[in-house]
Amino acid sequence: MSAARDTRLEKLIFEYSVSGRGANDQWPALPGAEASADLPAALRRAAPPLLPEVSELEAVRHFTRLSQLNFSIDTHFYPLGSCTMKYNPKACNQYAMLPEFLARHPLAPESLGQGVLECLFELQQMLCEVTGMQAVALSPMAGAQGEYAGVAMMRAYHRSRGDLARTEIIVPEAAHGTNPATATLCGCTVREVPVDAAGDVDIEALKAVVGPKTAGIMLTNPSTLGVFERRIEEVARIVHAAGGLLYYDGANLNAILGKVRPGDMGFDVIHVNLHKTFSTPHGGGGPGAGPVGVAARLAPFLPVPVVARRDGRYVWLAERDLPHSIGRLSAFAGNVGVLLRAYVYMRMLGRAGMAQVGEYATLNANYLLARLTRAGFEAAYPHRRASHEFILTLRRQARELGVTAMDFAKRLLDHGLHAPTTYFPLLVPECLLIEPTETESKATLDAFAQAMADILLEAAQEPEQVTSAPHTMPVRRLDDVRAAKQLDLAWKPSP
Amino acid sequence: MSKVPPDLKYTRTHEWLRTRPDGTVEVGITDHAQHALGDLVFVEVPQAGRTVAAGEPFAVIESVKAASDVYAPLAAEVIEGNPALEHAPETLNTDPYGEGWLARIRPTGAPGALLSAAEYEKLTAEESD
Repeated sequence: MSAARDTRLEKLIFEYSVSGRGANDQWPALPGAEASADLPAALRRAAPPLLPEVSELEAVRHFTRLSQLNFSIDTHFYPLGSCTMKYNPKACNQYAMLPEFLARHPLAPESLGQGVLECLFELQQMLCEVTGMQAVALSPMAGAQGEYAGVAMMRAYHRSRGDLARTEIIVPEAAHGTNPATATLCGCTVREVPVDAAGDVDIEALKAVVGPKTAGIMLTNPSTLGVFERRIEEVARIVHAAGGLLYYDGANLNAILGKVRPGDMGFDVIHVNLHKTFSTPHGGGGPGAGPVGVAARLAPFLPVPVVARRDGRYVWLAERDLPHSIGRLSAFAGNVGVLLRAYVYMRMLGRAGMAQVGEYATLNANYLLARLTRAGFEAAYPHRRASHEFILTLRRQARELGVTAMDFAKRLLDHGLHAPTTYFPLLVPECLLIEPTETESKATLDAFAQAMADILLEAAQEPEQVTSAPHTMPVRRLDDVRAAKQLDLAWKPSP
Repeated sequence: MSKVPPDLKYTRTHEWLRTRPDGTVEVGITDHAQHALGDLVFVEVPQAGRTVAAGEPFAVIESVKAASDVYAPLAAEVIEGNPALEHAPETLNTDPYGEGWLARIRPTGAPGALLSAAEYEKLTAEESD
């Protein structure tokens, strides 16, 4: 952007840097030249690295100001569909930060870590219980890694039976982009099946693609269209009859928590995004956790390590115990700190609370959908009840007023609201995917509906106010094309 | 309103086809499709010599909104992908039926069920209703 920088924006810390500034007497003693003598000369630095040199107070102020620019769930309503940006109770964080957990060395013997092993064992049990699976492994360190583990187990299962032809993974066209990506990474080819006008998987199209090459199908349920796949049992019958397996992407588990279990729908494998459903930190690239659960016939292939209870003691199971395991996906036991947050959350909720999560998430979504339709917005699937999220299409506003879903999203920022997911799933034109989550009050939902109604009116009366939004943010409309193409962001000193 | 040149054939998945005098076929994505995708930032065109089945994903286009597959409209052998798109993907936004072509292919099977310009226009009108 060429416009002058908003004074609320924070400079880079390098721009505060003054050569020689810093608490030099607090530096550790620098090693002499002999310390790197055994490194080849070509690999040794000739000049010191360029690091910012600022006072302690300048550093504190810089990072505090940056933190104040955050637009986060702790400061604003954040209805980002498909991502379940719900509130993480602070207690989950507090208990996971107990010094007994924090200070434990990952190589400490089992006998000195019975407490943490018990927590992880119970977390495995609770995840089995809530998903209807027979066994769970906690070590995958993100949703994507959980997906990788899941599909790798499906391949390992078919291979163990000598069924080598099964290399095709079926995904519905509304699937999360990670599903086809995971299938491809695992060496499978992707077969896409369409969804029908009501948002359910097209059963005839599914029958046409299954066969002796089918490794399995990957589904979210409720789907990314925000509706529950009503014929899931029929889908399961068709895929199982063809010799394939069913993979459940846990992205939308929040909607059905405590109500219906993927295992009971016929799913064989599942990954759970703890950051979406079970109150662990979300986004920013980690640390995350994406535990995987399986039906009994896939249990031998789980990634290691897994916690087991033997003779009243908790022990790690490793390769020697699970010789058919797909292997290790992480150093040690995965991101244990993240797993502990989910454990505390599930223990605080209990069985009854778990069902209330699904109920309130669904109630809030349907209330907001009803408010917005009454305000004149068009639902993409008007004849379906929403699950925990729903889709509006602004195709009429885009055509008649020249105001797009992206313009609405940007204008919401001026109202102090985070934008919903835009343009996903792509098969609904000009769409907003809205997920309020269970932790929002009616007052917050009303405020969001009112803001949307105000913008709708403004789009008719003063469309340029909407198409040029945001007006009150430190940065205005960003150049998305330049952001995607100019990837060299390293700061360089001016000559 | 999106442009739909009358002399081209179309698919339901928003590709267009132009048959050239030597029997080879030029393929691209329609004005409607580029408009729906928004500003393009990356295009991956198919390799020369690759054999594709009808309906097989054979190119990838990424816009500021999403990454999407482009499907081969016919069973064919790829003669060449448009080399200009690697450095100038925006050509596909500015000239989807001309300089923004994606690939030239040689059909290897029977022509599939393609749409006429009028039929394609009807399809896109239904989609944006």
